[in-house]
Amino acid sequence: MSEQFWTYLFVSLTFGIYILIAFWARASSTKEFYVAGHDVPPILNGMATAADWMSAASFLSMAGLIAFLGYGGSVYLMGWTGGYVLLALLLAPFLREFGKFTVPDFVGERYYSKIARVIAVVCALMVSFTYIAGQMKGVGVAFSSFLGVPFNVGIFIGGLIVFIYAVLGGMKGVTYTQVAQYVVLIFAYTVPAIFISIIVTNNPIPQLGFIGNIAGSDVPMLSKLNSVVTELGFKEYTSTTKSNIDIFCITAALMFGTAGLPHVIIRFFTVKSAKAARKSAGWALMFIALLYTVAPAVGAFARMNFIDTVNEATYIGNSENFEERRSEILSEGGKPIPGWYKDWENTGLLDFNDLNQDGIIQYRGPDSKDNIKNEIVPNRDIFVLANPQIANLPHWVIGLVVAGGLAAALSTAAGLLMVISSAISHDLLKNTFYPNMSERSELLIARTSAFLAILLSAFIGAFASSLPFVAQVVAFAFGIAAASLFPVVVLGIFWKRMNKEGAIVSMLTGLITTVGYICHFKFMGGVEAGWWFGISPEGIGFIFMIVAVFTGMIVALLSPAPPIEIQKLVENIRIPGQRRT
Amino acid sequence: MEILSKNQRLYWKSVQLFTAGLLSVWFLVSFGAGIIFRQFLDQYFIGGAPLGFWFAQQGAIYVFLIIIIIYCLGMNYLEKKYGLDNQ
Repeated sequence: MSEQFWTYLFVSLTFGIYILIAFWARASSTKEFYVAGHDVPPILNGMATAADWMSAASFLSMAGLIAFLGYGGSVYLMGWTGGYVLLALLLAPFLREFGKFTVPDFVGERYYSKIARVIAVVCALMVSFTYIAGQMKGVGVAFSSFLGVPFNVGIFIGGLIVFIYAVLGGMKGVTYTQVAQYVVLIFAYTVPAIFISIIVTNNPIPQLGFIGNIAGSDVPMLSKLNSVVTELGFKEYTSTTKSNIDIFCITAALMFGTAGLPHVIIRFFTVKSAKAARKSAGWALMFIALLYTVAPAVGAFARMNFIDTVNEATYIGNSENFEERRSEILSEGGKPIPGWYKDWENTGLLDFNDLNQDGIIQYRGPDSKDNIKNEIVPNRDIFVLANPQIANLPHWVIGLVVAGGLAAALSTAAGLLMVISSAISHDLLKNTFYPNMSERSELLIARTSAFLAILLSAFIGAFASSLPFVAQVVAFAFGIAAASLFPVVVLGIFWKRMNKEGAIVSMLTGLITTVGYICHFKFMGGVEAGWWFGISPEGIGFIFMIVAVFTGMIVALLSPAPPIEIQKLVENIRIPGQRRT
Repeated sequence: MEILSKNQRLYWKSVQLFTAGLLSVWFLVSFGAGIIFRQFLDQYFIGGAPLGFWFAQQGAIYVFLIIIIIYCLGMNYLEKKYGLDNQ
């Protein structure tokens, strides 16, 4: 049976499951719509958080990114897992004890200010919209490359599915579909990884293969990789050309950003208690670590395998009969390109340009020793996508990987939609402008805004390829979350003296400086030589977070202490069982 | 102004200390072993991987998980010790 058949089968099967779950988990009250009724078991919330968190980029691009960056890719591995320590220790249990629905809820009430609430809404919306556009684009790419469906139709189908379960089920529907999506994506990721690990290192556990020897030899896989890549003129795999200070700042910005991302934080409002929130953060990190410790192994294996099979291989053109030409080259003692190469060439993920016209693919780094120029540019997504074929797995595994990539994109998109919809219906309309709104109308508005948000993000996603900012989403979303939301939330819990004035100044400082820096260096022609202290726009959120903390604290100390009820509120969220909601 | 009882204040003090301790471990394994001391640690090996590199791509993640598990257990213990666990 063909790959496309299996892909159709798996994608429609998983989509069917998501819709069934949505009907089963319909939300009937605002409490169910916003926080799934506060009664999701910690382990299921852990799975849902993991799916919510791991986006199309984590699933498809991260291993490939690490394959090219080597040690430099560590910023994503540490940054996107270390944030969970901050969440578990500094935010999740206390925000759950606080017991409301959204992050702006906390900011608005803790800082007794509608202005603070509205600024928090603006931050949450900016983060979520940049992030969701990337997911919709991922959905469109998956559909157009694997199902032969036009890009925009793919986005439409994906949007429709998310619409069904997010609008019907609210957070409750989203939570339980995310649990299913986690299972799909982790299975789709680890199965090919295990087989690749066996091929390269003879060890079925990728994490052990990573530190093990090359199959059938006593040379460690990483040493071999280091010598192979340096031979081709690349930097040593386990090393980097980036400065330590930049690596430090990017890692920190991703960590603090993770802990400040609204769609991650709200997942911890769905469990029963502060205790359950802690436990659930542990489960979430465990489920995330399952993918995140496999990814660097997949990255290294894929780089190794790519060099082994593609470098110095004889190219076979489209006009030739692949199998015939392949056996001909083999009988002449040559090395033909592998079968998977041909399958993926047409998707545009491999770009071969025969500069020296010898019909052989030469893969070289910038410091190429034999002065041969590099002739092939592989797209980073190719490594995860081609894994099943590289490992000679049956066709249905490819279908599974595509379904997994879609699960990763859809689950993240749905989580973000919940933030957008609650920010508009709950924080802006209900709590800022129309406090007397009935629960029924609030629920209706929540659904309407989720619907409008899907339309808007599908629209942005459809035009994403022509909009430069979508590719820079990481710098934006994490920078803003780290510099504007994280400081006020943590200070709000751990520093009783923090007041309204301090919070407003702190959020605005973090937001304006980070957005300004990123815009200047990403879109307004700023060059690398101008980076402050050599810190890239991806890492600057960390520096401005520190600035935001200090300006906020200074302003707070220069203005009156918060009212006594607020100080009482802060004391109460620190001690378990003081607040009942 | 006293909002909390003496017992609750002591509880919160221990929570803060405990949190600070765990966060220093968090800092040491990631920013320490994985970045600042990477080059130094890379002269040692775990299996076939240079130690600093391994911390940055594997070890730090395992320790993060252990930190959260210890935090959960420790907080349960503290809540029990200060009689705050069954409210």
